[in-house]
Amino acid sequence: MNNAVEKKLALTHLWVAFGAFALAAVMGLYQVVERSGFFGFLASREVYYASVSTHGVLMGFVLTTFFIMGFGYYVATSSLKLPVWNKTFAWTGFGVALAGVVMAALPLLGGAASVLYTFYPPMKAHPMFYIGATLLVVGSWFWCVSMIVMYVQWKKANPGQPVPLVMFATTANAILWLWTSAGVALEVLFQLIPWALGWVDTIDDGLARTLFAWTLHPIVYFWLIPSYTAFYCLVPKQAGGFLFSDEMARAAFILLVVFSLPIGFHHLYMDPEQGHGWKLLHGVGTFIVTLPTFITGFTVIASLEIAGRLNGGKGLFGWIAALPWTNPMVLAMILGLLMLILGGFGGLINASYAMNAMVHNTAWVPGHFHLIFGGTTIIMYFGIAYYFWPVLSGKPLFCKSLALTQLWTWFIGMMIMTTPWHILGLLGQPRRIDSVNYNNLLTLSWEPYEATMIFGGAILLYSSGLLIYNLYKTQIGTETYQGEVEYAEPIHAPTDLPEYLNSFKVWNIVIAVFMLIAFGYPILQFFLMETFGSGRWGV
Amino acid sequence: MHIDQLEKKWASISLGIAGLFVAVILTSALFHGIHAPSNVETIDSARLHLSEEFAEDNLGPQRNPDGGITVRMVAGRYGFYPKTMTLPAETNLTFRWVSLDVIHGVHIPMTNMSTMIVPGYVAQVKTVLHHTGDYPLLCNEYCGMGHAHMWSNVKVVTKSDWDDMNKPAGVSHE
Ligand SMILES: [Cu+2]
Repeated sequence: MNNAVEKKLALTHLWVAFGAFALAAVMGLYQVVERSGFFGFLASREVYYASVSTHGVLMGFVLTTFFIMGFGYYVATSSLKLPVWNKTFAWTGFGVALAGVVMAALPLLGGAASVLYTFYPPMKAHPMFYIGATLLVVGSWFWCVSMIVMYVQWKKANPGQPVPLVMFATTANAILWLWTSAGVALEVLFQLIPWALGWVDTIDDGLARTLFAWTLHPIVYFWLIPSYTAFYCLVPKQAGGFLFSDEMARAAFILLVVFSLPIGFHHLYMDPEQGHGWKLLHGVGTFIVTLPTFITGFTVIASLEIAGRLNGGKGLFGWIAALPWTNPMVLAMILGLLMLILGGFGGLINASYAMNAMVHNTAWVPGHFHLIFGGTTIIMYFGIAYYFWPVLSGKPLFCKSLALTQLWTWFIGMMIMTTPWHILGLLGQPRRIDSVNYNNLLTLSWEPYEATMIFGGAILLYSSGLLIYNLYKTQIGTETYQGEVEYAEPIHAPTDLPEYLNSFKVWNIVIAVFMLIAFGYPILQFFLMETFGSGRWGV
Repeated sequence: MHIDQLEKKWASISLGIAGLFVAVILTSALFHGIHAPSNVETIDSARLHLSEEFAEDNLGPQRNPDGGITVRMVAGRYGFYPKTMTLPAETNLTFRWVSLDVIHGVHIPMTNMSTMIVPGYVAQVKTVLHHTGDYPLLCNEYCGMGHAHMWSNVKVVTKSDWDDMNKPAGVSHE
């Protein structure tokens, strides 16, 4: 099929994603250097907090959203063998999202939106920041609609057939994102924008935080699902083998979508506006959502083992050595899994109802999410990029060994940067500080860790540079490349798939019920009790 | 539909692991009363000085009839009030926090004294401090440009030292 238009659509999204990434990576190094306090001339809290806010928005919202959209458009057309539904509609979504990013960038870079990317009121940013962020989300909804429409089109044309797993996962993510973004959309539309524009005088911070918590955990799965999709649908083939189980993969994606939504309260464990019964309920739910990750770990490692043995690996661990370590996507997954194991352990501590108090809002938390998100999730984005760029641009990858160096340096840099961060958290360093002013013996012990982090940050920036250089050189190359992405085959092709593993109808109802149980009264309570709003505070 | 035996086994092992964590948390919460700090109680941040409880002369530690101590503090950009405080070790402490302005967070390093302080709500934490010494009290939620300058000092002394320091006036030392 001729899918040149779709390839251009996907590639344009991915360039915006990695452009945002490159800019944010530079800010990341600046931030570790500034906060160490070793270079006095760099000290500026205004620049620091503007930079942290922009870094977070670019990495967490822009890189991820555009990457997921670009990835989804290509996956949908190539796996379903259908043209993108309504190309004008898709490009409109792109335009709306990009306009939002530009709108939000102006106050961010000017220091008028230094409220960090979690934008908790009553600290108020320029209204353009909130409107821009909203447009980014609205633009992404265009993509969700496209994915769901294409999924339905294919199902109608192929009744009773299992939807290709890669598209099943992508549609799961679109559905997850519509549910997830509803919380923050309610907060921004009904609370932040009217209040920032001065239409209402006060804002209920407790309600705002609760609505944000609705979004705050599943958004992490929205970012992670493309990486998991690559684990299941791309890596086994790249490694020279087969997917261990198609059905369990579907089950894992469904579990992620259904259970990541009603558990957002663990971000509010230390908050006063919710009672402990609700926190405990969400705490239990949080452990249920470890199940799909356990299943994923097992299935993808089993798939790797099959590949390793097919490549001639013998003995208990011989298959590991027999894996194609020089295939960028396989290497990305191996390194990603290593970081997932370490980061997952930290996550269990965060999620534990009572242990959380020790590490809440300390440097442990950014250490943890840089390992899991900046590590596991993003390294798979790199792996996907190396595989997709030649296909999308029609040019061969500029340099494979450079790609491998980039992945290794990213892994090493992340380990060097996040280990001291975790330790600083245990030593009590608060998160998000631009300098250390506490006149206390304890804080002297923080310094060697700050120095190590600068080293890690420098390696990460170097690694980011390698990625962009390689993609850019690929893009401007003169040779041509022809080929499509190939998806992994399961050992047993799914036959007589029950409808609940091939459709989301019943799951949407389940989610609606869970959401009502988990968030119904906790949101309603703000309208039942007497609450006192806050005014507007600058930063 | 085909699901491998191994996969089934692993799924039940995973369920077991998650179940174990849940059991530990439920046991400590339901039988030992170990909870995240939660106490849904609203207050008007704009009128703290006029409230009975958080008027300026009521801040700091106060002894309860049951022998425990309630510590009332106000957080505002960029400090905690009162700025310095002495507290006894091995005593039931109830911290009650309110914010004058934006969201703050507070913790004492290497203890489980930690809470968010959201304007409009009273945050309450019950804890016991086990070690004596000087501790910084740190703001851990970004609250504006001065966030890194927001801290106070807490001195933890032994219970008997604290009792000596806080004898009601006019009682002789015999
Ligand atoms: Cu503060």
